[in-house]
Amino acid sequence: MILNRRQILLLLPAAAVAWDSVLADNPEGSPNYKMSEHWWGMLIDITKCIGCGSCVRACEMENDVPEGYFRTWVERYHVSDWHIENPEVDSPNGGMDGFPPGKAEGGKNFFVPKMCNHCVDSPCSQVCPVGATFHTPDGVVLVDYDYCLGCRYCIQACPYGCRFFHPKKHTADKCTLCYHRITKGLTTACCEACPTGARQLADLKNPNDPIHAFLKTHSVQVLKPHLATGSKLFYNSLDGSVR
Amino acid sequence: MGEFKDIAHLIRLAGVFLLGLIFFLVFRSVTIPKSFGRYGPFRGAALVELSSRPLSFAGHAACENCHPDVAALKANGVHKSLNCESCHGPLAKHADDPGNVKPVLPDVAQLCIRCHSENIAKPAGFPQVNAKEHSGGQACNTCHQPHSPGFDAGGKK
Repeated sequence: MILNRRQILLLLPAAAVAWDSVLADNPEGSPNYKMSEHWWGMLIDITKCIGCGSCVRACEMENDVPEGYFRTWVERYHVSDWHIENPEVDSPNGGMDGFPPGKAEGGKNFFVPKMCNHCVDSPCSQVCPVGATFHTPDGVVLVDYDYCLGCRYCIQACPYGCRFFHPKKHTADKCTLCYHRITKGLTTACCEACPTGARQLADLKNPNDPIHAFLKTHSVQVLKPHLATGSKLFYNSLDGSVR
Repeated sequence: MGEFKDIAHLIRLAGVFLLGLIFFLVFRSVTIPKSFGRYGPFRGAALVELSSRPLSFAGHAACENCHPDVAALKANGVHKSLNCESCHGPLAKHADDPGNVKPVLPDVAQLCIRCHSENIAKPAGFPQVNAKEHSGGQACNTCHQPHSPGFDAGGKK
């Protein structure tokens, strides 16, 4: 059989799909989990966050995050009614111990929980010189701690400031979206601990996930959309002053 | 055959290429980890390492298996959307070995105000109190039942 150029080009997508089926789909040790059936993101509802810091504490306990470093943290914004572009932001100890009461000075106040956005086109993985940061087939950005040289390029490349240099492992470190939990059918530690449902793990490939109804009926935004990172952290009621 | 008599230099060249190919294949098999490319263009073992970390939080389903009475009490109250470990802390070890690992009761004085102390940035509808003015130093669970802290328990509306 002789194929012309057009036929070969048509075959390429089919070959790409076939290649996906060559790859293993169940991570070793998680026999009931198929990576190709999930696409993870998270919904963060700013109207529900009370700044209690439960998520930050839960993350530290679940993932052994070193003291003074954060895979997730909570910021409190004070936006005055005359200077929207310059909000006052505080996050004492990442919000882990809660927040002082704050002063009523007019303007508006709200909490913004932050963590890795698990971007589809993540700047951190693009700059890694050794390919230590990778995307799993279910949409999670992870760090291979054996490959990581500790060059810190990714830490300064992340536009959301979600990475840090681990003081003991001497590698880059960040949120794993509790990959050890979601592959066992559990939610992340921060979502498990959140008392108000301000954080909800979302599986965008699951048609029954409540995220779909929520996205249809609410004004949802991602952080820094102009950077086109493909962030999968969907914020409900995100104020324009949030950076 | 006359036209192929000078083929020797081509065979030598092919030999060089073959040696190069063998070197490349050996180098590749030595340097690239076995699990590379198993799940995608990365070291598969890294994904397995991260997915096999031990749990700290057991998840509310594990709690409700053994404590259906608390789950039922909680299901009708305003705390129905709270997961057990949100207040009780990570208890995967207790869930694995309920006989030997006993959870410690949380300190109510700290626990409740973590969420319910007044803060300017909290959503307006969220119940918040100034703990000193509200209870005068009494423990919250004197009036409120933590699993279903309804106002009928004696607490202020």
